This record gives sequence, structure tokens and C-alpha cells, in this order.
Amino acid sequence: MGCADIAIIGGGVVGCAIARELSRYELDVVLLEKEAEVGFGTSKANSGIVHAGFHSDRGTQEARLCVEGNKMFDALCGELAVPFRRNGSLLVTKTRSDMSELERLLSQGIHNGVPGLKILSGQQVLDLEPNLSRDIVGGLYAPTAGVVSPYELTMALAENAQANGVRVITSCEVTGMTFADGGRLKRLKTSRGDIIVRYVINAAGLFGDDIAALAGGGRPFRIIPRKGEEYILDRRVGSLVTRTIFPMPTPNSKGILVIPTADGNIMIGPTAVEVESKYDLGTTRGGFEEIFRATRDLVPSLDARDIIASFAGLRAASDRHSFIIERSPGVRGFINVCGIESPGLTASPAIARMVAGMIGEEMALKPKRSFNPERRLAPRFREMSTAERRRAIARDPAFGRVVCRCELVAEAEVVDAIRRGARTLDGVKFRTRAGMGRCQGGFCTPRVMRILARELGVSMEDLTKRGGASFLVVSKHADAGTAGIYGRDEGDECGAGMGAR
Amino acid sequence: MDVMRVMSVGRAWVRGEHTMDTKKGVVDGPDVAIIGGGPAGLAAAIGACNAGVDPDRVFILERGERLGGILPQCIHHGFGLHRFKEELTGPEYADRFIREVERLGVKVLLNTMVIELGADRRITAVNDSQGLISFRPRAVVLAMGCRERTRAQIRIPGTRPAGVFTAGTAQRLVNIEGYLPGRRAVIIGSGDIGLIMARRLTIEGVEVAGVFEILPYPGGLARNVVQCLEDFGIPLYLSHTVVEIHGRDRVTGVTVARVDSSGDAVPGSESHVECDTVLLSVGLIPENELSRMAGVEIDPLTGGPVVTESFETSVSGIFACGNVLHVNDLVDNVSDEGERAGRQAGLYATGTIGTTAGTPRPRPAVRPGPVPGELAAKHEAALLVARGQGGLSGSNFMRVVCTICPVGCIIEVRRAPAGEVATAPAGDGGGALEIRGNKCKRGATYAIEEFTSPKRTLTTTVRARVATCADVLVPVRTSSPIAKDLILPAARELASVEVRPPVRIGDVIVRDILGSGADVIATASLP
Ligand SMILES: Cc1cc2nc3c(=O)[nH]c(=O)nc-3n(C[C@H](O)[C@H](O)[C@H](O)COP(=O)(O)OP(=O)(O)OC[C@H]3O[C@@H](n4cnc5c(N)ncnc54)[C@H](O)[C@@H]3O)c2cc1C
Ligand SMILES: Cc1cc2nc3c(=O)[nH]c(=O)nc-3n(C[C@H](O)[C@H](O)[C@H](O)COP(=O)(O)OP(=O)(O)OC[C@H]3O[C@@H](n4cnc5c(N)ncnc54)[C@H](O)[C@@H]3O)c2cc1C
Ligand code: SF4
Repeated sequence: MGCADIAIIGGGVVGCAIARELSRYELDVVLLEKEAEVGFGTSKANSGIVHAGFHSDRGTQEARLCVEGNKMFDALCGELAVPFRRNGSLLVTKTRSDMSELERLLSQGIHNGVPGLKILSGQQVLDLEPNLSRDIVGGLYAPTAGVVSPYELTMALAENAQANGVRVITSCEVTGMTFADGGRLKRLKTSRGDIIVRYVINAAGLFGDDIAALAGGGRPFRIIPRKGEEYILDRRVGSLVTRTIFPMPTPNSKGILVIPTADGNIMIGPTAVEVESKYDLGTTRGGFEEIFRATRDLVPSLDARDIIASFAGLRAASDRHSFIIERSPGVRGFINVCGIESPGLTASPAIARMVAGMIGEEMALKPKRSFNPERRLAPRFREMSTAERRRAIARDPAFGRVVCRCELVAEAEVVDAIRRGARTLDGVKFRTRAGMGRCQGGFCTPRVMRILARELGVSMEDLTKRGGASFLVVSKHADAGTAGIYGRDEGDECGAGMGAR
Repeated sequence: MDVMRVMSVGRAWVRGEHTMDTKKGVVDGPDVAIIGGGPAGLAAAIGACNAGVDPDRVFILERGERLGGILPQCIHHGFGLHRFKEELTGPEYADRFIREVERLGVKVLLNTMVIELGADRRITAVNDSQGLISFRPRAVVLAMGCRERTRAQIRIPGTRPAGVFTAGTAQRLVNIEGYLPGRRAVIIGSGDIGLIMARRLTIEGVEVAGVFEILPYPGGLARNVVQCLEDFGIPLYLSHTVVEIHGRDRVTGVTVARVDSSGDAVPGSESHVECDTVLLSVGLIPENELSRMAGVEIDPLTGGPVVTESFETSVSGIFACGNVLHVNDLVDNVSDEGERAGRQAGLYATGTIGTTAGTPRPRPAVRPGPVPGELAAKHEAALLVARGQGGLSGSNFMRVVCTICPVGCIIEVRRAPAGEVATAPAGDGGGALEIRGNKCKRGATYAIEEFTSPKRTLTTTVRARVATCADVLVPVRTSSPIAKDLILPAARELASVEVRPPVRIGDVIVRDILGSGADVIATASLP
């Protein structure tokens, strides 16, 4: 697969933010992602909150990166056309004796540099959020908190990095490394061949400890997956709250929240449960019950019948209980960016800047004259005015073909998503929202499949939900050669995932 | 007012190929606009014409590529018994109404999605040939049908692999798109759609590992339990549910458990079922996004609009009928309702009647469950499935659930020992038969046939070779019921049949299939 100055292992929000940051410079950068598309790890399955930063322990690296990252979101999401809203957050309590803890969080936040924090009375909280429980006695208001579409951000970062010259290679798992004399790294072995590199950045999320171990000298840290389940409610009840509602935090989590997502739904969650397997992405009945009990306590009118979808994500918590952003002790030219649990999404732009700085200490970074920070994408039919819709259809009739009835997504947007790199049903879903509405793909699945097959020039049996062996349909005809979900090995699928260049 | 071209209905229903009307130009919107071209919408159009509205000024707006609503994918038979006294397939039933609408000259806009509806009845719709269309008709009929409940609504825990489909989506994949959802399926819910799909998948060579129903009785008609499950030996598990879905990429199995009387899983009763596909048949929800947008009052119990005796909603001049109003089991009722609603809308549009809004029509009875006789039939049918007692030819006794009418009598057939009084001729020369439990003669005939030589109608699809690379399917049926044992062999035979368009509804595709005496005929046309 040739060579590169820098290989980034892992196309989560962290790896993609680093890739985009490095694409500002005259460097040959390659991003390697084992899944069919970027963002298919933890970065697509989280709460999507851009945290204000008062939760983070006083003066830690995490606190600094969170507050710094938070400040970068307006400009970043503007450049990349990613849905982002600074909706503010309210941490509320029903217990008078918690007020001293609120004071402590306030002063922690002020110390961390969080602007605009304010303690509110119960009445003031209810004036802002009338659907909260009448029993609330006070809260901590953080106006700088926001919500972002985490998958769109990750995909947008990768698309923009790619447009600025980074090679994004998906369905490409890093499996080993070889070293030159003197401990300098030489090659990465991947499921798609070897690549000669000078520098490696390990942003492999849950698998960061496995990658770090490839550098030799044992496992410098361990990643312990911590599962969080989340439940999404129908858009119809999307205005139940406008700010993100936090309960009092516990020692190892921010608690179970009520989140108005950037896309206009209410989401409730997450749980926080340590699990054995890095693949354990199942939701549970216990999780559902815990979340409903906790959030109904704050917003009594929440109704379980409004749930339209659920998912689970795994936090890549490290046994050091903090972000690990450091040079590998064993190998030269190797940086670990691991253990990026919450608020990793928030911190990601600041982490990327920090990592670029670390690289700048070792090699000269020459700014790229042609760097274009902006991402271009088809306008969203759902967000257009009548006049805009009229013009769009006149320009491209595919805007007149609505494929997703719930989220009002036009065929032109699906085609654009595929042009920008979508290769799977989920890839289209995360880029366009087709299939994310209340019917959960019942209407649009066959339609999107047809468009994917047509645009990619493959048959319907070759399409997957999210890469690997997640085939969607099988052929009716015994005589059709390919056997869909059977008779094909997994690693083979990746051809389609090759960053389109 | 927007300039719009109008397309007439002729030949318009296959694959988005429309014929443009010659009289292009300014059309100041219809008098009656019908949203949705399913059986409800089609009947409403006919009703509006019957009320005296110029058919030229009646529009059907349909987002799909053909008329008929859900019917084109319901290729099984069982439609129209009440209305036409005949057992039609979905496409055949739809065809009768489409032809009538065509004959009247009603205007049909296909591939046209209505995206907005105002309280002032302003409709905004979109398609790729006319762009954005907007007009304000005198009356509107809501006929948008319903959508399926999804996994989230019944909250099945577990992972989210590929291979989980709602039954209706799977039905579309199999009957319209020409693909199978997988190789071994578990079906959750025993509603009619789930039962129909169990049979459909079996006919297509997919193994159905079982149908799991949380209630103690099957949801679908006794007739479907017998003909879709028992006929093929598909197990039905009552008071069972799926408590977890497994699989990382594709479904690898489900955990099922018995439930107690309150619907909770009984600890320790869990077992694992291997499968690569899960179909959900767990109910339908009226599709009322547009109704809500117009401010139409929705009945929280039915999920459909509150309507008056004349099917008018709480907003003057907006009427509703069919599945958008409440979920209907029988399409015949939908057509009746559509006709009446369309007629009222027509009278309203012509100024013959004023608004009736304000005096709500009693909501259609929402039944807490099946009525007692029906329940017994369902139980019996379920028992038959459990015992796997089918085609017991040679034995001297059989219990059958009569599926001729909804009463569902449980009939016992016994071969009377020699010398006893015969109540009916046996027909197979093996001695007289004694029939018990039937409430009418038709039941006796049915029971004897079930005992001696059970027959079924086969419905499936055949491939048509067309210029595009994708397969196009033509739905077919046997012209009369054939021996039950021939169903699967005949289906296998048809799997390799390929037809060349044009095909017309009723065309013979295969003569005398497997010597059964029945022909295989097309149930829809393909130009
Ligand atoms: C339930 C939940 C809620 C959260 N809520 C928030 C929140 O509200 N706000 C916030 O700021 N943060 C939140 N987080 C944290 C946030 O999601 C993470 O910090 C962030 O997504 C981490 O990004 P990442 O790039 O490090 O990891 P990932 O997104 O997991 O990316 C790592 C990537 O590396 C790839 N990879 C792994 N091994 C290999 C290999 N060998 N070869 C090639 N590629 C490989 C993986 O496939 C994956 O795509 C939440 C987390 C969870 C689980
Ligand atoms: C799988 C299945 C099996 C069945 N089996 C039987 C049976 O054996 N016998 C029997 O008698 N009945 C059966 N039924 C019931 C019967 O088919 C339905 O009751 C009937 O189709 C309802 O008619 P409808 O017109 O209200 O809705 P639909 O048939 O759903 O039609 C609604 C139409 O509205 C269109 N539409 C919706 N929104 C818009 C919009 N915004 N803009 C434009 N168009 C829109 C849709 O595309 C659709 O074409 C079955 C139903 C199903 C789903
Ligand atoms: S025996 Fe007669 S009444 Fe009874 S179910 Fe059959 S047809 Fe209906």
C-alpha cells in the first residue's frame, strides 16, 4: 500500500480530527480504519454533548482539553456544515443538601475556565424548563454547553481531511508492526497489505491497548469498556426540554441525562456499566428500566411509548482513569491517543491540535497553501424553504424524489452521501438521516438499497448494513453465483470502502 | 396558483412511467384531492365522482410508483370475499378499482409525495417531473394508510445486526424487489402479516424456525394459522416472546422465553433459536403526520382522526378513511368506507352539504381481543399446529377448523365403522363419513375435502426479463386450488419460469401445472 509520513490508526472522532488538523500541512498522511466507514466505533454511539467543562476534575488535562475543545465548536461546525447548537445545560437536584455540591461544581468550573456558570433557584430552573419536575430545588446553569451530531462531525472531519489530501482507507485493520534497528518503526501490517511509515498515531479507541502493545514492551495501559445505553424518542416530543438536563454526578459518571439532540429528537441515557467484551453492544431490559426511572424523576411526562430507537456505545476507559496522550515509551515515532472517554467528543478538536503540536516538535510542519477548511455538501431538502426546494428540483430532479418519508430526505442527498464516501446503509443513514425517523427504515430501506446498488454498481446482495458480514438480503435464485450472507469471507468486502479518490 | 401538468392514469402504474396529458397548462387545482392511492383512496375517488364531481377535478396523489397502496405486494389471496364474493389476490382486487378510476378519468399523480397539509386544506406535494406542486382543493380525503410498528416499540433488547425487518418491508423485498431477507427466519408476532410471510418465505425456500406470539392465542385469522403454519409444519409458540436478539454483523439467533399472564418472561424458560433473520409483525400505526400538520384532532385510542358520521375530521372539508383512520383487517371494509368518505367529500366540494365537523362519529369498536367463537377457532387452529396434525389421510378421524367464514366452526370428521348410518358420502369410496360441529352446509363440504383431498391456492411470483438489469416480478396464482401436496413442488417449478412482457392480468403463464388441472395465471399486468 505504499508509504506515508504519518499513519493514523482509527477513524473515530479523535483520529479524524487529527487527520483534518494534519491536512493543514505539507504531509503525506494516511488514516486507517478497520470498519467499513469512519465513525462506526464509539464516535457514532454517544450522547453528542459538547460539554461545558465543569464536570472535569479541577485543573486536569481533561478539563483543559474539554474547555478548549468546546470553544472551537462554532467555527469548526460552521466550516464543516455539521449540525451544532449551543443549547446550554442544567444540572438539577431535588435535594436541598446538594446545593453545597452545586457550589463545588461551580467553583470547579470557574477554575477550569468555564464561562457564564450560574446557580439557579428551583423556580428559575422551572422558568427555563417548565416540563421538569416541580420538586427541583435548584440547578447549575452552563450556557456554553451544546449538542452536536457526533457521526456527522466524524464523517465531516474525514471528508474534509480527504479533500485536503489525506488518504482515508476503510475496511483496513492494522494487525502488526515491524521495526528497524534502533527501535524506529518501519512498517504497519494491515488487512489490506503493508505500509511503510515514519510516524504512527494510535487513536484506535477501544482497541488502543492492543495497538499500543504491538509496539512491544507489554501493555502500557489497559482499556476497560464501559457500556452506555441510550434511547431516542420521537421528534414529536422533541421540545420537551431545550437544554441538556443533568442529574447530580456520581463518582464515575455524569449520570443519566435528558438530551435534546442536534437533530431535534430527545434522547435519554446513558447507563455506565463495565463489560467484559469490546463487542458487547447489546441493550438490556435492566438498562432501559434504569434510564426510564432516572429520567422520569426529572421529566415526569416522559413516555416510553415515544421511543423510536435505542443503541449502546462503549467508552474506552483506561486503567489510568484519564486521557492518555503521550509518546510511546518503547518506540520512536509513535504517539498513543487513547483512553479518550467522555468528554472525548468535546475535546477532540483540542486533542488534534495538541497532537499536531507534538508532531511539530519532531518534524517541520509547513502549512499547505491549498488547505480548504470548508466542506461542501448537498443542501438538506428538509431544511430548505419552498423557493429553495423549487430551485433545487429544477436543477436536479432527484430532489423531487423523496426516499425517506419521516425525515424528508431526497434521493439527491443520498446520491451526494455516496459521492462523499457512504458505502453502506448505515453510512447513508448517518449522513442523511434516511432511516432514522419513526418508521426506522421500513419505508426507505428498499429505496436506499436500490440507489446504493445503482451508484456503486453492485448488486443488492452485496450491500451491507455496516460492512463486514452485515449483508441485507440474499438472492432468490439458486443460480445466482454470490450467496449474500453466505459463502464469502469477511475481509474481502473492503473494496467498496476504499476512500474514493 | 401553480402551473401544473396533469398525468392521466393510463399505463401509469408500472415503474414510474407516466403518460402526460396533452392538455398542459394552468389547472386551478382539483375540487377533491385524495392523499394516498391505496384501496381507501381509490374508492374515495370513485365516491367523489358518484357524488357529481367532474372526474377531471378529482386528483389522487400517490407517493409510490403505482396505485393500490399495500395491495400490489400482498400477492396472496383472501381479498374481496365480501364485496365480490370471490377470493382475489391483492393485485387483482386493486386492479378492479384501478380500472374503474381509469374509466372515470380521475387524475392520478404517481411518485408524488404530499409533504404539507394546512388547516386551510392547502396541499404541497413534490415529484421529480413537476417539482413542487401546491393547490387548495375544496375538499381533501386523507387515505395515507398506516405504517408498521418497529422493534423499538416492543423494545427487544440485544444487538442491532442486519437481518431484522418488519414483515411488510420483507414482503416488499420478496414480492416486489425480488430478494429474500435471509435463509432461516424467526417471526415475532402472529398477526396476519406475520403468518402470511411465514408461508411466503417457506414457498421461497426460506426455513421458518417458528412464530412467537406473546399472547395466549394467535393474532391472525384461524384460517391463516391453518393455511400458513399448519400446512407447512411451522411451529407456533403462544405465550412466548423474543427477549434478546444476537449477532454482531448479521443476526445469529434469538433468545426466546415463555411469558406469564402479565407478559413478563418467566425466568429459567429461556432457550436459544438459531436464525439469520427476524421478522416483526407486531402491529400497525395509522400514518397521521399530515393530519397532525393540518391540526386534525387525533383519537389517542385508535391513533386516527376523530371523524363525524360523514367521515369529516375536526377540520372542515378534510375527510379520512381506511387505515389512516383505524387499522382494518379486511380490505372490503376499507373500500366501503372509502366510497362513503369520498362521496361526502364530493358533496362538500360541490356545496351540496356543509361542514359536519363537531358531531363525532362513534369510534369504530376497538376490540380488546377476539370474540369468543373466534377465540375458540384460533385456539383450535393453534392446537392443530402444535400437534402437527395435517393431511391425516388413511386415519379415521380428523378435526378441522372451518376457514370458509369467520365463524370458524370446529368440525369433526369421522369415518363411520361399517354398518353405521352415514351422514355424508365419503367420496373416496372408503366408507361413509360422519360430520359434526358445522353450522352450515358449506362447512361440511369443506371438512370432507380437508379430510379426503385438501386443496390450496398457490400464490407466488415469476421473473420477467426486461431491459433493465434488475429483475421485475409478476405475481401469479393457480386458477383453482390444487392438491396441498403439490404446493411446494409447483412453487419450485415456477422458480425457474421466466416470462416476457407484456403480460396481462389473467394471462396463463403455465398450463396445467404438474398435472393438477389448474393453470398458473398472472394476477397483475406488466406492460
Ligand atoms: C454512551 C456514551 C456517551 C458519550 N457521551 C459523550 C458526550 O456526550 N460528549 C463527549 O464529549 N463524549 C462522549 N462520549 C465519549 C466519546 O464518544 C468518545 O470520547 C469518542 O467517541 C472517542 O473517539 P475515538 O476516536 O477515540 O474512538 P472511536 O470512535 O471508538 O474510534 C476508534 C476507531 O479505531 C478503529 N480501530 C480500532 N482498532 C483498529 C485497528 N486495529 N485498525 C484500524 N482501525 C482500528 C475503530 O474501528 C474505531 O472506528 C460518550 C461515550 C459513550 C460510550
Ligand atoms: C401484509 C398485509 C396483508 C393483508 N392481507 C389482507 C387480506 O388477506 N384480506 C384483506 O381483506 N385485507 C388484508 N389486508 C388489509 C388491507 O390491505 C388494508 O386494510 C388496506 O390496504 C388499507 O387500505 P388503505 O388505502 O387505507 O391503505 P394503504 O393500502 O396502505 O394505502 C395508502 C397509500 O397512501 C400512500 N401515501 C401515504 N402517505 C402519502 C403521502 N404523504 N403522499 C402521497 N401518498 C401517500 C401510500 O403510498 C399508499 O399507497 C392486509 C394488509 C397487509 C399490510
Ligand atoms: S361451517 Fe359454515 S358457519 Fe361454520 S365456519 Fe364454516 S362456513 Fe362458517
